[in-house]
Amino acid sequence: MLSWLPHNVSTFGGSVDSTISLIYYIVGAWFLAAEGLLVFFALRYRRKRGRSAFYKRGETARQAAWILIPAAVVLCLDLGIDASGASTWHLVKETLPANAVQVQVTAERFAWKFTYPGPDGKFGTPDDVTLINELHVPAGRPVELILRSKDVIHSLFIPNFRFRQDVVPGRTIDAWFESRTPGTYELGCSELCGDAHFDMRGTVMVQDSKDYAAWLHKTWPSAAAGSGKVSAQANKG
Amino acid sequence: MSSTATVLTRNAPHSEGIRSIPIGKIGIWWLLASEIMVFGGLITSYVLLRISHGGWAEQAAHVRWQLGTLNTAVLLTSSLTMALALSASRQDRRRRTATFLLLTVLLGVAFLGIKAFEYTGELREGFTPASGLFWSFYYGMTGLHALHVTAGIVVNLTFFVMAVRGDLWDGKQARLEYAGLYWHFVDVVWIFLFPLLYLS
Amino acid sequence: METTSTAIAGSTHATPGFWRQYVFSTDHKTIAKQYLGISAFMALVGGLLSYLIRSQLAWPEKPVAGWGFVGPDSYNAFVTMHGTIMVFFVAMPLLLGAMGNFLIPLMVGAGDMAFPRLNRLSVWTLFVASLVLLSSFFVSGGASPAGWTGYVPLSDVPKYTGAYWGINLWLIALALEFASFLMGGVNFLTTAINMRAPGMTFWRLPLIIWMQVTASVIFLLSVGPLIGGAIMLFLDRTLHTGFFVPGKGGDPLLWEHLFWFFGHPEVYVVALPGFGAMLEIFSVFSREPIFGYRTIVYSTIAAGVLSFVVWAHHMFVSGMDPRLAAPFSVTTILISVPFAIIVFAMIATLWGGSISFEVPMLFALGGLATFIVGGVTGIFLGSEAADIYFHGTYFVVAHFHYTLFPTVIFGGFAAIYYWYPKMFGRMMNDALGKVHFWLTMIFFNAVFIPLFLLGIGGAPRRVYTFEAYNFLRPLQPLNVIATYAAVALLLAQLPFLVNFVWSLARGKAAGRNPWRANTLEWTTDSPPPHGNFTTQPIVYRDPYEYSVPGETHDWLPQNQAEPPAVAVAAD
Repeated sequence: MLSWLPHNVSTFGGSVDSTISLIYYIVGAWFLAAEGLLVFFALRYRRKRGRSAFYKRGETARQAAWILIPAAVVLCLDLGIDASGASTWHLVKETLPANAVQVQVTAERFAWKFTYPGPDGKFGTPDDVTLINELHVPAGRPVELILRSKDVIHSLFIPNFRFRQDVVPGRTIDAWFESRTPGTYELGCSELCGDAHFDMRGTVMVQDSKDYAAWLHKTWPSAAAGSGKVSAQANKG
Repeated sequence: MSSTATVLTRNAPHSEGIRSIPIGKIGIWWLLASEIMVFGGLITSYVLLRISHGGWAEQAAHVRWQLGTLNTAVLLTSSLTMALALSASRQDRRRRTATFLLLTVLLGVAFLGIKAFEYTGELREGFTPASGLFWSFYYGMTGLHALHVTAGIVVNLTFFVMAVRGDLWDGKQARLEYAGLYWHFVDVVWIFLFPLLYLS
Repeated sequence: METTSTAIAGSTHATPGFWRQYVFSTDHKTIAKQYLGISAFMALVGGLLSYLIRSQLAWPEKPVAGWGFVGPDSYNAFVTMHGTIMVFFVAMPLLLGAMGNFLIPLMVGAGDMAFPRLNRLSVWTLFVASLVLLSSFFVSGGASPAGWTGYVPLSDVPKYTGAYWGINLWLIALALEFASFLMGGVNFLTTAINMRAPGMTFWRLPLIIWMQVTASVIFLLSVGPLIGGAIMLFLDRTLHTGFFVPGKGGDPLLWEHLFWFFGHPEVYVVALPGFGAMLEIFSVFSREPIFGYRTIVYSTIAAGVLSFVVWAHHMFVSGMDPRLAAPFSVTTILISVPFAIIVFAMIATLWGGSISFEVPMLFALGGLATFIVGGVTGIFLGSEAADIYFHGTYFVVAHFHYTLFPTVIFGGFAAIYYWYPKMFGRMMNDALGKVHFWLTMIFFNAVFIPLFLLGIGGAPRRVYTFEAYNFLRPLQPLNVIATYAAVALLLAQLPFLVNFVWSLARGKAAGRNPWRANTLEWTTDSPPPHGNFTTQPIVYRDPYEYSVPGETHDWLPQNQAEPPAVAVAAD
């Protein structure tokens, strides 16, 4: 079943996927055991002439153990899942790597606007550049997204990165990802935001250092003299 | 429930039906529990938003705490008269019961009158429910509370009429206790609203 | 219906007129049937909506056969109304309204509910609520397209949806529905506490009564804050307050907290009575006592308590403080323990039994088998890390259909097939019932297994057409399969409708106790007379005493005295 997952290209996606597969194998085993037992009992103890049911109320400790011991095992496995989930969560949502490329994301029905600070490295200056539904990021560098919404709740979803974060009006939410695999991936909105919600989508272009530098160059030609400066500023973020 | 259950297990099969708690009492507590959750949700929302957002104190400075205090006194007194009506009914002092019920009703009406006077003044000064989040909560919560006061007045008035017409007696006094529980609850809600809206 | 003339003659009541008897009755059995009727009608509407939704998804922007073109705004309205109708106007009226009202007085040995007139008021409030909700389809701007969760500010500011009265009516309908079930709940609790027959101790109550009462108490304690939230939302929409509008200082996440504080317990409000019905049926059809009766009661209460501290797992990626995620993940996954115990106890009940596969048993077994899928897939969503990926995808859609369909639809059908003889005095047709079961079982899975795969593939829910996303196009065949299966699933309900109506007139007369069951409802006539019991039943034993060693019969009705001197009230 897990082969249906889109292939992962983000650094933390592997952790998310390993939590998913941990759960998958644990609950898969329980699923097979429970369904197997259910079918087995249903067939084995189907009504037959000359055999009557065996009276048991499951209230003696010995009998109750048949359901309480498996429940205790469930409890232990739960704690294991909790531990795995918590460490992945900490990595994805509670740490913000240093040295990240910053991009402001503004969600507005029904488009994603990605604003870059430009060569001066500051937002709100004339050299800011805003792209619509198109996010360019360098491969191998963490990207910090500063998410805001102008109207309703949206949710930025990038399946290949295992990235999802709701974007809430009135709040500024920081999130990050890092991808080491150049390519073009789809992003979309996964919180109902109105009638064209289905069409609120875009692309992420993860570019290797050469392509990314070329894109910076093209985007801020005035800073061409110091293309090194552009990337240096972007580095500083 | 388990403790009740162990007691009941000892009941002989032939014992009379199990009617340990009067039906009306479960009913009124059910109503109050749901009301507590409604007002609890609103008050929690108010507190959380007020803590996390600034600028409420200036809005709150415009409510007239003097009138709020007066209303608190009015409502507390009405709780007292309600309690007196109840104890009078238990002693079967019918006239006294009716008098205190009428007093409770009149105090309730006085509360609504003062509240209406407050609302008019505030609206005249331009503070509407849309004037800011404090005012939204102020009108929303006191308005919902006023609706409950109105309902209580109707209930108490009904009991007053019943008491005067002599329908409240012969074992029906217990119902007055349920009306009393409701009225005290309305009072308690105000005890929460008053400091939150007027004094902070 | 009139076969009980002797019993009616025996009671002191004069035969009431048509209106008093069928429309404004205070008899819990009539009220139960009224709930059943409302639920059935609303299920038809909800089913039609699912057909429109599925058709649009399989063949985007093509006219839907028998309906016409479905635009994005109506698509969103259909999704919203499908959810609202199925949860609040099908599941609750069926499992609590119909089953709870019918069974609680009969099973505890009472003549009626504690507050019969309040009961009548509650069903009529629900009726009005249904009309208000349905009328919202016809107002200008259409029904609410803001999702059944009504997230703000989408549902708050009219310009975002264009549905002004649609959402107002949606709120009013929900408020009336809540009021209806609060009135119903007080009846459930009071009747179960106060109206029990002599000898019917708490530990002799059938489990479905425990489940109904726990569900009602959970509902009571969870719905209040949402009523407060609904008032705030209504004021925002009508008086332009700003409780949820960020520009006015409000907070959209507040609504999510208020909604899910109710929304998650609500799942158990609906699921527990479904489990209750399955448990009764497992016991009767495997001729076994329920395995671990008290353990199940304790687990039910534990699940009920835990359900109040899990709500924020719906909000892991909502933008709330990320430090809250881990504790809510722990409580959420912890709630699997009481439910695992209940499921294990159900399976263990079958162990060593003498199982016969009549239609109610098939539905109960099918319900358990499918619920297990819903239960285990919930772990993915309860884990904060896995939820980053699965939140808001079709995985969620498939998961909650795998929890609600088994409990509401399988559990509900199991209950209808099982108690129909008591309700109407006649048996339903067995062959038609089996056809109904197998078709429902097969096509239900055929609808929702593809949706799991779509969800794993990353398909977001509430999306009008998947053609918008390139990476989802290869998955489109799954949508087509799911849609064909959904149509088949809807058509598979025809045998049931035919069976239900046909059996009313032509079904085999049921007798008092066609399933040879122990609980009190089977000791009176089918259908029971007004007042239920001609003599006050007295309870001597536990509800699930099947196959007791040394007894001549393999069942011991609760009212059979010890030593067995009284004739068994069998058919």
